[in-house]
Amino acid sequence: MCRMAAIKSKTPVPPALALRMMLAMQKGHDNSGFAMVMQDLGGAFAEFKKFPLLSMACTSQGLERAEELLEELGFSPKFDYQPDVVNKPGLDFRRMPHYIFRNYRYPEPLNAAYPNQPTPEQKKLLVETRLKLREVLSHDKQGFVYSFWPDVLTLKEVGDPRDIGTYFQMWDDNHWLKARVISAQCRQNTNYRIVRYAAHPFFLEGYTLMGNGENTFYQKNKEFQQRLHPAYIGFESDTQCFLYTLHYIREELGWPLPYYKHVITPLTFEEMQRRSDADVLMRVRQSLMHLEINGPNTVVFVLPDGAMGVIADAKKLRPYVIGKDGDLVVSASEVCGVNMIIPDRNTEADIYPGERETVLIDNALEVQRWQQ
Amino acid sequence: MATIKADEIKLAPQNNGNDKVNGLRVPSAPSTHIIKPTFVRDSHAMDFPWKIKWNAETCIRCGSCVATCTFGAIKPQLQRKGQALSTGHLPSPIEATEVIMAIKQVNDPKYYCRGCEMCEKVCPTDSIKPVPNEQHRFPLVARHGGSPIKRGGRGHHIPIRVLDYIKVGRISQMTDPSLDAARHTFDLLTPLGRGLPADELPFKVENGKLVPGGSIPPMRWIYPVIIGDMSVGALSWRMWEALALAVAYLNEECKMPVRMSSGEGGMPSRLLKSEFLKYFIIQIASGHFGWNRIIKAMPEMVTDPAAILIKIGQGAKPGDGGLLPAEKVASHIQAIRGVPKADLMSPPNHQGLYSIEESVQKMFLSMNAAFKFRVPVAIKVAASSTSVAVFNNLVRDPYQIVGGYFLDGIQGGTGAAHEVSMDHTGHPILSKLRDCYLAAVDQGKQGQIPLFVGGGFGDTGDLAADAFKAICLGANGVFSAKIWLQLAGCVGNEKGRCNACNTGYCPVGICTQDHRLVARLDVDAVAQNIVDYFLALDQELKKLMAPIGNSTLPIGRSDALVSMSKSAAERLQIAYAC
Repeated sequence: MCRMAAIKSKTPVPPALALRMMLAMQKGHDNSGFAMVMQDLGGAFAEFKKFPLLSMACTSQGLERAEELLEELGFSPKFDYQPDVVNKPGLDFRRMPHYIFRNYRYPEPLNAAYPNQPTPEQKKLLVETRLKLREVLSHDKQGFVYSFWPDVLTLKEVGDPRDIGTYFQMWDDNHWLKARVISAQCRQNTNYRIVRYAAHPFFLEGYTLMGNGENTFYQKNKEFQQRLHPAYIGFESDTQCFLYTLHYIREELGWPLPYYKHVITPLTFEEMQRRSDADVLMRVRQSLMHLEINGPNTVVFVLPDGAMGVIADAKKLRPYVIGKDGDLVVSASEVCGVNMIIPDRNTEADIYPGERETVLIDNALEVQRWQQ
Repeated sequence: MATIKADEIKLAPQNNGNDKVNGLRVPSAPSTHIIKPTFVRDSHAMDFPWKIKWNAETCIRCGSCVATCTFGAIKPQLQRKGQALSTGHLPSPIEATEVIMAIKQVNDPKYYCRGCEMCEKVCPTDSIKPVPNEQHRFPLVARHGGSPIKRGGRGHHIPIRVLDYIKVGRISQMTDPSLDAARHTFDLLTPLGRGLPADELPFKVENGKLVPGGSIPPMRWIYPVIIGDMSVGALSWRMWEALALAVAYLNEECKMPVRMSSGEGGMPSRLLKSEFLKYFIIQIASGHFGWNRIIKAMPEMVTDPAAILIKIGQGAKPGDGGLLPAEKVASHIQAIRGVPKADLMSPPNHQGLYSIEESVQKMFLSMNAAFKFRVPVAIKVAASSTSVAVFNNLVRDPYQIVGGYFLDGIQGGTGAAHEVSMDHTGHPILSKLRDCYLAAVDQGKQGQIPLFVGGGFGDTGDLAADAFKAICLGANGVFSAKIWLQLAGCVGNEKGRCNACNTGYCPVGICTQDHRLVARLDVDAVAQNIVDYFLALDQELKKLMAPIGNSTLPIGRSDALVSMSKSAAERLQIAYAC
């Protein structure tokens, strides 16, 4: 089972917290990788929050191709951070020659303004550019591009999370990189042949999402989503489907967030029929029945405004716990992960999201909970 | 040249009664014995697909078998029987003859034995039964008079049953655990009615909620197994009533929203005007039979029907219209259909419809309008090489009024058809189902026109497994008909037994309008059988959903299936397993 850890903090925290949580939850030989999305960045990128940040791992040739493309599209580098690495022998992970974490300026005329949230035109350009970069890098396996978005940094590695942490010096609490929102996941051991693109959390147009368990309606989701939006691609992981559905509900349909739960884990017909909005819910179910998930999954997501949400599957087959202590909300797929970071919290206030519940933590760390 | 009549040929006595063989006296042929020569043109029981085996020793001559046989295939006949008797202490046999009553098979192709086994069923001493005659030459003797062979029922010369090669092979075990079929909540409903793309739903957002903001095509959530279209007329009124009773019970008492198609024969007025109409899909086919009464009942309807089904074609006899022989057009059938007693032949196509677009404009619009756009209108066509083209055209229906696509495969049943149609025309259902579903996937329109499939589902008696596999391949549900008749006692099968639905002589009272035969059917018992089967089927569907970890219908979840036939796997785009 994938281990998940999510941190939302009022002050920027280092990735070491997420790594420690991962090790606390580790079982046996469960060591095949580590992936992380950091948002609302502190540290080195704190001053460049409004500039699109490219997260990429590639070969020299891939880097050359990517830079050519970005230049062609009119992007110009603003800030580049080359992490210091500890390249000692015996580290168990598949490293790439280059790790790029670089802020760019928008091309003209979109560089006229750098709002807190990208404009619709800027959003469109960033998504299209990432897809083009992905395509360019996919030739001859020259690399991977994970996110290209302001204030979002992504790292995805295959190997032992402990060694990955060592290589990037992430065990250091004074790390060069900090963030107020961190979503991290370690993959289970069954997927040694898995590609980096299959590692969640996934990011698309301001939305970050990770989830554990098996999406038993993966094929249905995939077949439906691949026609909905040009960015719904890859499908290397069945968890991508959860992100695309969230994005579709919010960005394409413009529906309120509670309908995400209604789409992925619809109420039973019996429950629906008792409600005053049964007509609407039944129509939603009919139109989007191919986006239902129907498996054992906990879904953890971050919205473009920074709010973090948790939704469990309708059968509550996957555990998840949310704990809060002071300026820190820490959640994990196992309570030992939360205990690792905030052991002295009031555990009676811990939240174990129910099968019909959505939990949302806003930027003031206020927790909203509602039943479907 | 002199001709000899058979009656004139008399065989002279071969001996005088004193001939002995191995010391035993051989009885002489009586001088009056007439031996008929056999002409090759004469038909004989050996020509028929079933031969009657009768045991003279155990038969008590009660006459039950003869009285029961509706086809006149057996008759009582006096027969002289010669025998040797010995009554003393030492063997001293004497010749004796007696006349006994024997049961004989009728040698006329008009009255050939259908193998229905009613004689065997009623015989108190197990003295008679039909046995299959593999060496028969029935097709060569049955076309006397220049008339094509007709039959009802089933059997289409299908060499293999692909459904049996498909298994549910993707089992949830650890990462996604299997469910508990007995304890988890399962939602086994499927939509019937046009689905809109989510971005075309007429919803507005008000106070963080979606609220309806415009008209929307009608839709029902129904049970994924529909009782397929069989008309009053093809079926006896008691059989139809039993089905209707079962449907009402399943809905009212078991809370299973099972729907039943009326077939093209109208419906009883009382039902049309009752609350129970909502459980029925009213069919309109090319003969429009029964619609006079339906239209007249409309002002008095207290609820809407579940749907309207426009029947264009039927899988068992594609390209052919319905056929109800005059024998079955009894007075109540004349009344319900508004017709005289005559052969009722639906035209092979809807007169006046010359294109798909036109059918959408005329037929769909008019049926939608008739019920004020409150009732889904679906279409039933025979599976064909052209099914996908028709489906694609309907998917593009700009009025969004096509509420379902019912695809009927070659293995469907029928009340009456020409044998040549049944055996040699039609298209297997699975590949067409898959093609249509994948065509919808290609366009991102899956689910917008619900796909229902029929034709051979439940042939082996295991409808749940067949339905489940079809659902995984992309069907919203299945419609099935023959199995309900079998639950009522129909003895017909795929190997040619009985299948005399066209004759009006149904031996179990299912496909006849003859009062004496219909009386053989126990309406309540049949309804109970059907209800019981549905309850079991419901459990079995859950037993299939639980191991793949799904609590709602896995429509299009073909990854759950594996095929043990490589060619079927390739054609259906599912995994091959061996």
